[in-house]
Amino acid sequence: MHLSGRLIAAISVSASLFCGAFDSAEARSVKWARSGDSLTLDPHAQNEGPTHVLNHHIYEPLIIRDNQGKPLPALAESWTITADPLTWEFRLRKGVKFHDGAPFTVDDVIYSYERARQPTSDMKSLLSAVDTLTKVDDHTLRIKTKGPNPIFPANLTDLFIMNKAWTEKNNAGKVQDYKAKEENFSVRNANGTGPFSLVSREPDVKTVLKRNDNYWGKGQVPLEITELTYLPIKADATRVAALLSGEVDFVQDLPVQDIQRLSSDPKLQINIGPENRSIFLGMNVADKELKTSDIKGRNPFAEKKIRHAVNMTVNRSAIQRVTMRGQSIPTGIIAPPGVNGYTKELDQIPTADAAKAKALLAEAGYPEGFSVSFHCPNDRYLNDEAICQAVVGQLATIGIKANLVSQSKSIHFPLIQKNPPETDFYLLGWGVPTFDSHYVFTLLYHTRTDKEGGWNATRYSNPDIDKLTVALTQETDLTKRNQMIGQIWKVLQDETIYIPIHIQTLAYAMKPDLDIPVDISNQPKLKFAKFKK
Amino acid sequence: MIAYILKSVAQAVLVLLVVSALAFSMFRFLGDPVANLVGQEATQADRRELAERLGLNDPIPLQFGRFVADVATGEFGMSYRHGRKVSALIVEKLPATVELAVLSALFATSFGIVFGVYTAIRRNSWSAHAIMMISLVGVSLPTFLIGIGLIYLFAVELRWLPSFGRGETVKLGWWSTGLLTSSGRQSLIMPVLTLGFFQLTLIMRLVRAQMLETLRTDYVKFARARGLSENRVNFRHALRNTLVPVITIAGLQLGAVIAFAIITESVFQWPGLGALFVQAVQFVDIPVMAAYLLFVAVVFVVVNLIVDLTYVALDPRLKSSTPVSVGGK
Repeated sequence: MHLSGRLIAAISVSASLFCGAFDSAEARSVKWARSGDSLTLDPHAQNEGPTHVLNHHIYEPLIIRDNQGKPLPALAESWTITADPLTWEFRLRKGVKFHDGAPFTVDDVIYSYERARQPTSDMKSLLSAVDTLTKVDDHTLRIKTKGPNPIFPANLTDLFIMNKAWTEKNNAGKVQDYKAKEENFSVRNANGTGPFSLVSREPDVKTVLKRNDNYWGKGQVPLEITELTYLPIKADATRVAALLSGEVDFVQDLPVQDIQRLSSDPKLQINIGPENRSIFLGMNVADKELKTSDIKGRNPFAEKKIRHAVNMTVNRSAIQRVTMRGQSIPTGIIAPPGVNGYTKELDQIPTADAAKAKALLAEAGYPEGFSVSFHCPNDRYLNDEAICQAVVGQLATIGIKANLVSQSKSIHFPLIQKNPPETDFYLLGWGVPTFDSHYVFTLLYHTRTDKEGGWNATRYSNPDIDKLTVALTQETDLTKRNQMIGQIWKVLQDETIYIPIHIQTLAYAMKPDLDIPVDISNQPKLKFAKFKK
Repeated sequence: MIAYILKSVAQAVLVLLVVSALAFSMFRFLGDPVANLVGQEATQADRRELAERLGLNDPIPLQFGRFVADVATGEFGMSYRHGRKVSALIVEKLPATVELAVLSALFATSFGIVFGVYTAIRRNSWSAHAIMMISLVGVSLPTFLIGIGLIYLFAVELRWLPSFGRGETVKLGWWSTGLLTSSGRQSLIMPVLTLGFFQLTLIMRLVRAQMLETLRTDYVKFARARGLSENRVNFRHALRNTLVPVITIAGLQLGAVIAFAIITESVFQWPGLGALFVQAVQFVDIPVMAAYLLFVAVVFVVVNLIVDLTYVALDPRLKSSTPVSVGGK
């Protein structure tokens, strides 16, 4: 009796499921291909672009960004600084449910943030400013920071909220430790509040998500996709072939060389837009002598004149035209537009002038030029190696012999990160996830210490700039703060510590009935995707 | 015989130790895993702490010793990239690679023998010349070009076959197979052709050369003189004697195909061990690379062992370790 009762229940459930499928005329699935897979579903184990992109569909942070980088309320409806300048208050959205039906409350936020602050978490640095997390009521959270921090909420846009009960029940309270003997449950399982819920995941093969019909944002966002299949396809040619053959609907990482050809295909829609990422050259501006140069006893890059000469020799428009096939925006500052502190005045591209550059070289005492090793990644940015080759050729015209060493990012980045750095001249790309200049100053310009200047391999050290950079984190008057940012940029632009080249553009290709605008952070959120008919 | 096997196994263990020691001394040239394991906001202190925790600061011999000790207890560690057990990953990816490799070896061997015999018997016909020409293409074209060419023709233009992946798979215990679904079988066609094409041409040319050699021997001439039918001469007498070296080569090639399906797997996004290894190299996922290289070494050692044993079975002189006097003429 008992069994048959269950059977009937099962049949009626599956029958209603079938009806549901037939009822919704707009049942539409999207197959989404990109070059690499998300590394893990554990939201706090990896602070890495593609990993966050997939997780944004399953989990949600308190605040998200739209495709232009503007903050939007997600699990928090509003946030404000309280009378105490150290304390932020977040009002959380009510009536939100996790995929397993559990209600979302402030306890989940505190639990998730505590989890993200564990030593094995890769997200901990984003919460390093946090002093205490306090529950006011079920839907009000107070975060006290260690010092005044006017842009603190910008750190929260990739900090996903897990369900406390689910995580504890599945013994996933500890972020994945690579020394552990067992796999963490949250690596391949997920329970979020996001617009899609996890159906199945085979790492490096495919991940299937289905629409969360209880999503709180239903009616506020299009949410037209009913089933989302995420497919990593590593080989460029195969990924494009899968799009052309109709096996996938949306390709996020379109190879630069295919953009022009595919743009003329009426069966495809290509969206192009700038990414929040600039590409630039860095120089060792402070050492007494460059280890990799033929000039001994002095450092040519320490001379501002030499740096200016390099700046006016790198021909951005030639790189844009030839190397990037038009897919870049030449720039004169290493902060993309949209970042607080960027201005048109700062973004001045010097006109390429070999004669003047040569004169500057001679004036600085290097009429014959000099040689230096030039380090470049070959698997990180769009056409990175080709950009470096172009730069080598351009610098040769004024007598600077750059010896190109082009290698994988796994070897290139450690050269920059090591202390002292092991490169005198290098290419690097930089995104600004907080959309504020402070992020650039503290990681790329601040004197290298244990906490700051982690990516500053130029050895540049200016105590005034350091002081101002730290002061930015404490200035709560935003007008005054913006003035300070302008002041810092003015000094840095004249110093020319880095040679900005361009801003990368992104190209998304999709079937013509689909419209997915380019996301400036390259984090498309498909709850916003629309079908054209 | 037993002594011979024991000796071979002891040699195999030595080979495995040498392979993994070599692998370990190479890993540091691939870069620093920590660079891939932490986000860009991580501080110098965070990086140092993680490197310390992973034991990356220890001297290479110590790291290697730890690895060997772990492997001896059947523990390959956790993948840095996946956050999962390496042994589980290998078990998960193994069926895809084995299915691909075995099918392409079958494809290469059967067609290789057929075409080889045909081109030997009808060596002056235009069709034999055509086959030889095409086989030259197979030898000289790189695998990835063949793969991309097939994708362009059969997936993009004709839309008959899927361009990537394994299609739907069915789980039989821990083994996953694509042979039981139509999308799985369709997905196999192009990767099998791509991976098997080079082996096919190799085996075909080998069979042809051997066959031509055999057809010139005295016993074939005598068989013809006895008035045996042409088919009986070609297939009963000539082909049989041709196959001994062919089977040896085909067996060794199977090892190579399993181990080096890397390019084919990358072109077709085939979720096998080769693709796992390529991604591990890019991520400097040391535990996965170490386990994969060990796996490849095991495959080769086992195949070689089997080949050696076949020789023993074929050549009785190898059975005893004391040299048998062969001379005396």
